[in-house]
Amino acid sequence: MVEKQGFGTILMHAVLIIGIAIVCFPIYLTFVGSTLTHFEIIRPPMPLVPGPHFIDNYSEALTAGITAPVGRMLLNSFVMAMGIAIGKIAISILSAYAIVYFRFPFRMFAFWAIFMTLMLPVEVRIVPTYEVVASLGMLNSYTGLILPLIASATATFLFRQFFMTVPDELVEAARVDGAGPLRFFKDILLPLSVTNIAALFVILFIYGWNQFLWPLLITTKPEMNTIVMGLKQMMPTADDYGNWPVTMAAATLAVLPPVAVVIFMQRLFVKGLVETEK
Amino acid sequence: MATISIRDVRKSYGKTEVIHGVSLDVADGEFIVIVGPSGCGKSTLLRMVAGLERITAGTMEIGGRVVNDLEPRERDIAMVFQNYALYPHMSVFDNMAYGLKIAGKTKDEIRQRVDQAAAMLQLEPYLDRKPRALSGGQRQRVAMGRALVRNPAVFLFDEPLSNLDAKLRVQMRLEIKQMQRSVGTTALYVTHDQVEAMTLADRLVVMNAGIAEQIDTPMAVYERPATRFVAGFIGSPAMNILKGSVSGSDFVLEGGGKLALDTKPAETGRPLLFGVRPEHLQIATAKEATLNLSVTAVETLGADTLAHGTLSGANGAGGELIARLPGSAKVAPGDTLPLTVQENMTHLFDAETGKRV
Ligand SMILES: Nc1ncnc2c1ncn2[C@@H]1O[C@H](COP(=O)(O)OP(=O)(O)OP(=O)(O)O)[C@@H](O)[C@H]1O
Ligand SMILES: [Mg+2]
Repeated sequence: MVEKQGFGTILMHAVLIIGIAIVCFPIYLTFVGSTLTHFEIIRPPMPLVPGPHFIDNYSEALTAGITAPVGRMLLNSFVMAMGIAIGKIAISILSAYAIVYFRFPFRMFAFWAIFMTLMLPVEVRIVPTYEVVASLGMLNSYTGLILPLIASATATFLFRQFFMTVPDELVEAARVDGAGPLRFFKDILLPLSVTNIAALFVILFIYGWNQFLWPLLITTKPEMNTIVMGLKQMMPTADDYGNWPVTMAAATLAVLPPVAVVIFMQRLFVKGLVETEK
Repeated sequence: MATISIRDVRKSYGKTEVIHGVSLDVADGEFIVIVGPSGCGKSTLLRMVAGLERITAGTMEIGGRVVNDLEPRERDIAMVFQNYALYPHMSVFDNMAYGLKIAGKTKDEIRQRVDQAAAMLQLEPYLDRKPRALSGGQRQRVAMGRALVRNPAVFLFDEPLSNLDAKLRVQMRLEIKQMQRSVGTTALYVTHDQVEAMTLADRLVVMNAGIAEQIDTPMAVYERPATRFVAGFIGSPAMNILKGSVSGSDFVLEGGGKLALDTKPAETGRPLLFGVRPEHLQIATAKEATLNLSVTAVETLGADTLAHGTLSGANGAGGELIARLPGSAKVAPGDTLPLTVQENMTHLFDAETGKRV
């Protein structure tokens, strides 16, 4: 790489700073909004420094909210995102294990069948899926929120690719050491997959957290709403003023769990990367 | 500790047979080395003993028990792999202890056995390290330790030293031999390195293209190779092979030259191959000489000098010859070297089947 001197360095930093500012400013503005009163926000110009109503707004959002308490919606979202992330990982790591390490009839068919479902995202199969979930009586339940989103071709494929890079000799050494299939999975494959699991967990948690259409369809009771739906409902429509400070507080709160997951998991998978390098 | 008995074992992948019926009896505590060129089926044979590969036909017994359909863990074997195959996420201690843990040994017994093996292999300072923090030689020792702690009936080694540098290889070779001696466990060892094969083996199995060409002690294999392939494979530089046929008590080369034979073979006239090792050719006076070598190239190795040349009175593929002379011998390309063959050091092989006559 060419080392830029003087003006070049300043220019590069300027571009980066502008880029960061463009991304961060709306988030900052949301936070500022969540510390003001409704009238301060709607009367232009909106202040750019935080106001004194942080505690009022956040406690109102958490406990009362507009349609449902944000605390409850955050919990719903969290349960759903965790359920989807853990469920997807558990199912896909097991199916990848079966496909890579066992010879059974229709193995390749199973693999291709899983692979084909890549072409069927939630939106495409939403009507039949709704039908099934409804007739199983799972509307307005965590099971209904989580289960239909758990099958994952992407994660299965990722684990399959990873398992195929595990040297055969390792598998054989474990067999000679007396490890059966389950022990091998638990003692060797799982620890070796930690990095992959951590990375996938982040992606899948955020995928689950951001689900909008599916929860919107199957939850009719406000106490089962997720935060992403809740935010949409809190936006003022047509003829009402809404409550901007509470909405913004809710938006700020909605960002926190994914950020926390990223920060926590990032430490884990960076550690994993350093440790399992061969 | 156990005997191994392999009876006409065959292996096919789909329609292609890669092991064409190998039989071998291994005595308790014996060190058997399987040697052969790449792709001859050494690893396949070893993996069939380990139970990692199914046997297509034949029977395999370990300690008098037929193991054809047993899983590796039920065969009471331990294996050392070429790439060591250490578990990367486990410490050296855990790597060695893993098999014992699965076998349900108590914590105290595991610790005691691992410590004992670690002491034997000088691994004590590294017990808490991960494999990636070890050198190649240390990893190799851990792999051996993992086999050792199990106290198995049979050790199986698949080219365990081929990833090490030359010096370490010599050292580890001695250590493996010592270790096997001191625990007295039966061992099967695969290699394509003939020095390793000769130095380690109680008995050698020389394999070629899925067949065991000869099974004997290293010296017997060297002195009386059973086939032309074995003659060429064991010994370095390889044995000189000359084409011709027997006439009376002489071997008549294709080009017309004659060599005296020690023993008179029964048949006359059949196409045969005459073999003599480079180290069994000696410089002689012109009068005594039975061979005259026109030297084309000379390699000086210090202790030895290798004289490459062609034989007057022989032509075609059979005419090339190498003589291993003392380092002090004065030869230069272009010389004609008068040579004799040491007594009882000639070999005759059938030209078609390659079998010793
Ligand atoms: N899974 C397989 N399918 C088909 N052929 C195979 C398979 N595994 C091995 N072979 C063939 O079997 C033969 C013997 O292989 P093997 O690995 O035993 O050779 P080797 O003597 O150990 O060679 P090297 O010294 O290179 O390790 C080879 O010709 C190889 O191509
Ligand atoms: Mg091999």
